[in-house]
Amino acid sequence: MFPPIANPKAEAITPKFGEQDLIRRSASSITPAAKRQTEVAKLIDVSKCIGCKACQVACLEWNNLIEEVGINVGVYENPHDLTPNTWTLMRYTEWENPESGNLEWLIRKDGCMHCEDPGCLKACPAPGAIVQYSNGIVDFVKDNCIGCGYCVKGCPFNIPRISKVDHKAYKCTLCSDRVAVGQGPACQKACPTQAIVFGTKDEMKQWADKRIKDLKSRGYQNAGLYDPPGVGGTHVMYVLQHADKPQLYAGLPDNPAISPIVELWKGLTKYAGLTAIGAFAAIGFLHHIVSGANRVSDEDERNAKRLAGGSTK
Amino acid sequence: MTNSWMDIGNADVVWIMGGNAAEAHPCGFKWVTEAKHNRGAKLMVVDPRFTRSAAVADHYSPLRAGTDVAFLSGVINYLLTNDKIQKEYVKHYTNASYIVRDDFDFNEGLFTGYNEGTRSYNRSSWEYVMEPDGFAKRDLTLSDPRCVYQLMKKHFSVYTPEVVERITGAPKDKFLKVAEWAASTATGDRSMTIMYALGWTQHSHGAQNIRCAAMIQLLCGNVGIPGGGINALRGHSNVQGITDIGTLTASLPGYLAMPTDSEPTLDSHLVKRAFKPLQPDQTSYWQNYRKFYVSFLKSLYGPKATPENEFGYQWMPKLDIAYDVLRMFDVMHQGKTTGLFCQGFNPLMSVSHKAKTIAALSKLKFLVSMDPIETDTVRFWENHGEYNNVDPTKIQTEVFMLPVTSFVEEDGSFTNSSRLIQWRWQAADPYFESKKDIEILSDLFLRVRTLYEKEGGKGVEPLMAIDWNYKDPRHPSSDELAKELNGKALVDLKDAEGKVVRAAGQQLATFGEMRDDGSTDGVQWIYTGFYGPNGNFAQRRDNSDPSGLGVYASWGFSWPANRRIQYNRASADPEGKPWSEAKKYMFWNGQRWTGPDVPDYVPTIPPERAVGPFIMNQEGVSRLFTRGFLADGPFPVHYEPFESPVANPLYPKIKGNPAARVFKNDMEVFGDAKDFPIVATTYRLVEHFHYWTKSVHANAVIQPEFFVEMSEELAREKSIRPGQMVRVWSNRGEVKGKAVVTKRLKPLKIDGKTVHSVGLPLNFGFIGEAKKAAPVNTLTPFVGDANAQTPEFKAFLVNVEPVPGPVA
Amino acid sequence: MSRTFEVAPGDAVHPGDPVIVDRYTTGARINHWITAASLVLLALSGLALFHPRLFFLTSLFGGGSTTRMIHPWIGVVLFFSFLGLFFRFWKLNLWKREDGTWMARLRDVLTAHDEKLPEVGKYNAGQKLVFWLMSVLIIVLIASGLVIWQEYFAQYTTVEQKRIAVLVHAIAAIVIICVWIVHVYAAIWVRGTISAMTRGKVTGGWAWRHHRRWLKELVTGKT
Repeated sequence: MFPPIANPKAEAITPKFGEQDLIRRSASSITPAAKRQTEVAKLIDVSKCIGCKACQVACLEWNNLIEEVGINVGVYENPHDLTPNTWTLMRYTEWENPESGNLEWLIRKDGCMHCEDPGCLKACPAPGAIVQYSNGIVDFVKDNCIGCGYCVKGCPFNIPRISKVDHKAYKCTLCSDRVAVGQGPACQKACPTQAIVFGTKDEMKQWADKRIKDLKSRGYQNAGLYDPPGVGGTHVMYVLQHADKPQLYAGLPDNPAISPIVELWKGLTKYAGLTAIGAFAAIGFLHHIVSGANRVSDEDERNAKRLAGGSTK
Repeated sequence: MTNSWMDIGNADVVWIMGGNAAEAHPCGFKWVTEAKHNRGAKLMVVDPRFTRSAAVADHYSPLRAGTDVAFLSGVINYLLTNDKIQKEYVKHYTNASYIVRDDFDFNEGLFTGYNEGTRSYNRSSWEYVMEPDGFAKRDLTLSDPRCVYQLMKKHFSVYTPEVVERITGAPKDKFLKVAEWAASTATGDRSMTIMYALGWTQHSHGAQNIRCAAMIQLLCGNVGIPGGGINALRGHSNVQGITDIGTLTASLPGYLAMPTDSEPTLDSHLVKRAFKPLQPDQTSYWQNYRKFYVSFLKSLYGPKATPENEFGYQWMPKLDIAYDVLRMFDVMHQGKTTGLFCQGFNPLMSVSHKAKTIAALSKLKFLVSMDPIETDTVRFWENHGEYNNVDPTKIQTEVFMLPVTSFVEEDGSFTNSSRLIQWRWQAADPYFESKKDIEILSDLFLRVRTLYEKEGGKGVEPLMAIDWNYKDPRHPSSDELAKELNGKALVDLKDAEGKVVRAAGQQLATFGEMRDDGSTDGVQWIYTGFYGPNGNFAQRRDNSDPSGLGVYASWGFSWPANRRIQYNRASADPEGKPWSEAKKYMFWNGQRWTGPDVPDYVPTIPPERAVGPFIMNQEGVSRLFTRGFLADGPFPVHYEPFESPVANPLYPKIKGNPAARVFKNDMEVFGDAKDFPIVATTYRLVEHFHYWTKSVHANAVIQPEFFVEMSEELAREKSIRPGQMVRVWSNRGEVKGKAVVTKRLKPLKIDGKTVHSVGLPLNFGFIGEAKKAAPVNTLTPFVGDANAQTPEFKAFLVNVEPVPGPVA
Repeated sequence: MSRTFEVAPGDAVHPGDPVIVDRYTTGARINHWITAASLVLLALSGLALFHPRLFFLTSLFGGGSTTRMIHPWIGVVLFFSFLGLFFRFWKLNLWKREDGTWMARLRDVLTAHDEKLPEVGKYNAGQKLVFWLMSVLIIVLIASGLVIWQEYFAQYTTVEQKRIAVLVHAIAAIVIICVWIVHVYAAIWVRGTISAMTRGKVTGGWAWRHHRRWLKELVTGKT
């Protein structure tokens, strides 16, 4: 058993991190905290997950979210996708393993991966609407969010959702409020089988190693850790039975990275665009200085008069 | 559970069958993941569906719903024919060596003594050969052809892997892997736990399913050792407590028996339960029955219970027959019931054959529901369209709803599957005007008694005799009741030398202190010790575990006697040495039995005395052959469910379990395979708790609507698209739900014929936040297990068709 | 080809001193200024959301959220407003042979050697280019804008499509701003132009110098 996190004391606790610990702030340039806090991570062990959705309910309850009662559309997923109120969702895939001939029911808890290089933050135009703490948590700051949906485009995992009610972006916060006072996220707390564990990123990697060893001993030769380098690693990681095929798990990206389109948009385009605009303005200005105004001469007026002629005033 | 939840973590093989622990017991299932993670334990799941448990299993085998006995018998046969049994254990700790009477026989699916007219057996021949000294005859070489071991070999030889496949549809290789993994634990240094739940009990042969499991565990030597046992997973957090407290109509608290019409005197009741040992020196602990019974009567009637009046035995009601839930509703259906009290009970949802339940409830004069939530049952008279299509003008039953507090709104105890009694403290104020069950029932009792006092009437005497000695008679506290369950000394109790061992008024420390002369009381002997002289042990929260074996001896109190693993004497060999270092638990240290647990044994009896580890049994050993204790046979036999897609491949003439009770008119509404070719099974979903949480918003969100699970093949055959509404009907009614088409269900080849199955989750009804649905028990047959009368919810026949209309 | 092709309804010459030429009707001017205002507001609000350094511009619109909300609506206004201009002006912006010659002599254009340029109608090649670029870019912008209009259209496209749309939108916006700079600068640099859109009139000399054929056709058309 991974050592459980002790319950908090009843008295108030000073948060362990806050504004002073930011390393990234959307649409702002900040001086990152001098000393990074120990990176935290949530490890989701798909091989231990029984798909009970306790994490989903814990998330709703801790974050005071009211989701709609939907319908069944022929699958176990409910709701059918992440929503502004459903920040985490169990996704179920039935896969017949061609090698073993066995059916595998792969159940993955979907939600924000808390990328080390967060695409949402990169895409966000609103200063301080998305922040990254030095412990790796990527959080949305509701008050600064303008609801443009750029984070949706920035995210390589298709996670953020924009509320139709208040037009703000929502996603898993990794329970930054709980983590700040020494607790694990609500989903982790609720998980009955320790398929979700929480700790420092190093601890999680070590724990994952044990799990992978166990899985390999059970014939899952390709068991491995999902900590995709394309986004600089994540602070939510998976242990997968088939780490060579992340796509199997309800379309978990094989090699996620911030889309090159987003990179182009938020990179070259941003600078080249303003430069172009500036250049056009400058050229106009210079042109005017150099060549002066293009004035109508008296000659022109006379010619016009002659042409319009015939008729006089 | 013979063992505890935590002890599952000690298993090397975990076998889940007849249950779906990941789905229905997710918190307990954590111990399975612990066993896998820490010990590299293997998990195998056998289930008609590829379940959530199967999703994390190392091996899965399908089987047709209702054929567990055949599968398990196949495993027994495998163990016996391949000699993969733990010989010493079997020889010394089971009745394998006992010689069975010559007139006992098994022929064409029936045991000796069957009476077709009464659908019951004369069980007199199902007995050991007795020696003139009154003890049972044994052959410790196990070679006597009439010994239990040899009879078993013969009895189970028919269940070859091929026959198992023919009956159950489980592919031979998948079956054999299960058998091999089970056999791998018959070594003394490995253990297997078997986890089951309603998937085994809710059959017309439910008790025999569990018997099979017990036999496998005994043959492998897996009972009484860490990581072993036969573990019944109870559904509700306190359902073990509910059974312990005697809510079953034929039992009193602590599994004492209700008096019956044939037991007019206390002695006539007790003489049947004398339980003399069948071998020399055996404990046969039930010999103490009288002490427990008298103590119970003393609690009930207080000072009015005296030796002269048989401790008030005459005031006890005497049963003519057992009023199990099916009988209760059958009697109600006959119009013989005036009123029904449902205390935390939603029978419209939970009793088979809803149409019959509605008809029965409609004949009541009054119905009272004591519940924290509004149940479907209290609205049984209301028309909810296709979900509950009744005519309210034709129903005259008066319905009362008494809102009661929920468990978080009062102090009290829970007893979980581990027999672990844990106190819980009130966490919230009662909602609005709700009152505690205790308060309502006390008030009702006192008012009824006052009425009788004033007006007299039949039965007034027992009512007046009840000892109602509480500080506030209208509101006995949980603490007072808990103390009463434990029992106390009524006078100074002295030992043989005349020393006072327990002063008058003191709480008893163990049920060993109970006496049969009226000098002690105690409602529930098995709980004695939980609230002893040193206080309420259910409140203990010490999670230290010095042995590292998950014993947690100072956390709460595990009945009986705070024992975490039952029969734990069997964790050591006959000489008192552990079977292996790996499974070291309780052992003889030269002076006494010791180990991390409380020995299930007199701690000072040395191994040489050869006192058997199964101290509750007259034999001192466990029973592979159950003598006459079960109604349907001393050995399990594969009987088809009452509704089955095929005739019994072994005994084609026998329909269902020949000893199961079937009421008049219920046999007629069984469907046959011609009209209803599809096997249906019902089950719970992890997202919901029974019929409560459909009234809870968050639960309704994560699983909002009734659905019907089916294979891709069946969907194709019936032109059903995923998410489409489908109609499912049996010979008793119909329900509609969304089609969940899945690879997790597969058609099976049964006796040469392709058989489809559908799965029907039972958590949906017409009251609550989830989408409305007709209760799934609209479909289920009205027949129960031959012994426990648990309804056959897990295997019956239906047909399926798509409902035209847009998908999802 | 009709000779009156180069003139629009409402164009007229009023002989006098100086000669006054009606270039734009009141309707056309209102239409233009709505478009112009929309475009400026769109540029400001768009740039605010485009580059963090310009986010302060959102304060012009009452904050980030209102900027996000109002920008696409202004876009709709621009689209329909420009649609009006398009139907007013498209015919006279069709490419002619002399437009090629005009373009080839861009050096003369920039050095104000109008006398070396071919006689052009109501619009010269540069203006036509601005017109067509605006037309195309506005279609691109409205189309890509709808794809990324989170509030109403998010569900109709995939994230990948949205990403492409947002990039296309950004690039198109930059280009249109540049085109707009050219357009505005040209109006300033070529003195006497602005009155065409403010009062609807230009002087005959201005028309003679920059759109001689237009003037000639107006005159001949008139006689």
